[in-house]
Amino acid sequence: MAETIDRSAVPGGTARIDRRFAALKAEGRAGLITFVTAGDPDLETGARVLAALAEAGADVIELGVPFTDPMADGPAIQRAGLRALAAGVTMIRVLDMVRAFRATNTDTPIILMGYYNPIYAYGAERFAADAIAAGVDGLIVVDLPAEEEEELVRFTDPAGLALVRLVAPTTSVERLPSVVGRASGFLYYVSITGITGTASADISRVAPSVARIRAASELPVAIGFGIKTPEQAAAFAAIGDAVVVGSAIVQEVEQAVADGAPETAPDRVRDLVSRLAGGVQSAAARA
Amino acid sequence: MSHTPNTYRSGPDEHGRFGLFGGRFVAETLMPLILELEQAYEAARQDPEFAAEMALFQRDYVGRPSPLYLAERLTEHLGGAKIYFKRDELNHTGAHKINNVLGQLLVAKRMGKKRIIAETGAGQHGVATATMCARLGMDCVVYMGETDIVRQKPNVFRMRLLGAEVRGVSSGTATLKDAMNEALRDWVSNVDDTFYCIGTAAGPHPYPMMVRDFQSIIGEETKVQVLEREGRLPDMLVACIGGGSNAIGLFHPFLDEEGVRMIGVEAAGHGIETGEHAASLAGGRPGVLHGNRTYLLQDADGQILNAHSISAGLDYPGIGPEHSWLRDIGRVEYESVTDREALDAFQLCARLEGILPALEPAHAVAQVVKTAPTLPRDAILVMNMCGRGDKDVFTVAEALGVDL
Repeated sequence: MAETIDRSAVPGGTARIDRRFAALKAEGRAGLITFVTAGDPDLETGARVLAALAEAGADVIELGVPFTDPMADGPAIQRAGLRALAAGVTMIRVLDMVRAFRATNTDTPIILMGYYNPIYAYGAERFAADAIAAGVDGLIVVDLPAEEEEELVRFTDPAGLALVRLVAPTTSVERLPSVVGRASGFLYYVSITGITGTASADISRVAPSVARIRAASELPVAIGFGIKTPEQAAAFAAIGDAVVVGSAIVQEVEQAVADGAPETAPDRVRDLVSRLAGGVQSAAARA
Repeated sequence: MSHTPNTYRSGPDEHGRFGLFGGRFVAETLMPLILELEQAYEAARQDPEFAAEMALFQRDYVGRPSPLYLAERLTEHLGGAKIYFKRDELNHTGAHKINNVLGQLLVAKRMGKKRIIAETGAGQHGVATATMCARLGMDCVVYMGETDIVRQKPNVFRMRLLGAEVRGVSSGTATLKDAMNEALRDWVSNVDDTFYCIGTAAGPHPYPMMVRDFQSIIGEETKVQVLEREGRLPDMLVACIGGGSNAIGLFHPFLDEEGVRMIGVEAAGHGIETGEHAASLAGGRPGVLHGNRTYLLQDADGQILNAHSISAGLDYPGIGPEHSWLRDIGRVEYESVTDREALDAFQLCARLEGILPALEPAHAVAQVVKTAPTLPRDAILVMNMCGRGDKDVFTVAEALGVDL
């Protein structure tokens, strides 16, 4: 279906994300957002992993830009980043990977997630232009809080790139408006105070926070950090517009490498993501 | 902030910036804590009770004021400027680090925090943190790279004796930057009860300002002591730079004194040209890491490069943001000194003055060896002897090929 549409009439960026969340709403279900590190364990296998995510039912893809010092991520994602860097992944190659993905998939939004320094080194203005041209739709910049966002937003906004904001359990009600004020695409609720891939999120604590965010913003709310299994995904899908699973998928890639069979990573990822998608969709059926 | 400010001492601005540098580049989870700390520090520094408590600890526990010592034999040997050492290695725990830890932990106490975390490279900041935690009855966890744990064994043992838990960090390069990453991860995971005591004048605002303020006692005392002794201000100040807390502490009170030249000394490791060094200003460019924008050792793609220095305390790919600003506006000169030059200076200082400097200030001594002879005999030079070398004897022995 996507191939028959004139690309020039289908703006990417924030618009592609908005369309995806509108479609999910029409279907009456929450979305599944999956995270992998770009080019993990190598560029070629990484490209196949990326394709597998969409085929297996990921509604939105978060593609991690590797960074040497991922201060808010856990060991699994740090190791994935180091594997990718060792395999020669650079920002230009990440954008190439997105461009290649877009040749066959124009529907699935891609959000680049990472730290600010690689963007700053690339040059924020040139990065915004090159990212949207490559088919990237939004950014999550972990270490760029609302207080520092202006220097990036002034390039991403005109380019049509979404800047997805993280909201944390520590974000107070008073602070919330300034955090979500200039966000676009969706909001990402960090469901634990901690790093990725460690503790499990507690739904009884997350639900009231998501309600507070909904009161402060019209944007869809995705819930992430500490969601690992299809059952957890299903539970959080009942209260969020989307759930994010990252470390658990990254660990499948790592296991493939550890087993001496990195080429099996796409199949392992496809299998897990299918089950996660099933979990998310079953929640919608119950709701 | 204009290019030629009326005062060099007014920074940072309300956004925590020194010109382009500084800021608060942290995950949203930490942002509310950073803002809370900013308020708590603001309140503390306006509170006379806080100042009085600090002053008492500084005098009776740390041993301040530290002496200003005329290094007569070194002066005679070099045949130029009159060389003074500010003796911060005589402080309790043996380095300037305690000045900052004392201040931060008294702020932490006011905030009701009971658990303290810290990162350490050479171990001096870790020892200082463990010491003040013992004194104030707080829990202490120190993150330290596995590489540094090996080369700074005596300090690891000291921290454990003081009741701290030392957690080895094997991720990344297993040195100071990775210890800082792990401390930030701990903080994100334990936001309710934990205070992060950063060891240098870097990190997200308000840390660079707060650490500078606590270390400025070095320069303030120096000012009084040198006026008393010489009847005028010094011509030159010299201090080594890893993150740069001892240097900013010495320099800051003098920044508006136009006649005072200042030299910050970075670690050139095996030489800037080899790429194996820790000189962020000489060999880096502006970037964002660990909560602030500053000069960083990085590749073209913004990935952080490994630093190298024989001194674990200088082995960091960044530098405090105020130094980055002072360099760009040209107020402070920055030079670099190799491992070899530092080792030579270490031995020279030991033999001539009977003082074993830490490898960190041995870099400053090496710069003094280069610069003092170029200055007239009536010139006054003050170098910050920011730490003592007991912890480094194993490293020095190995570098000199001596089997202990």
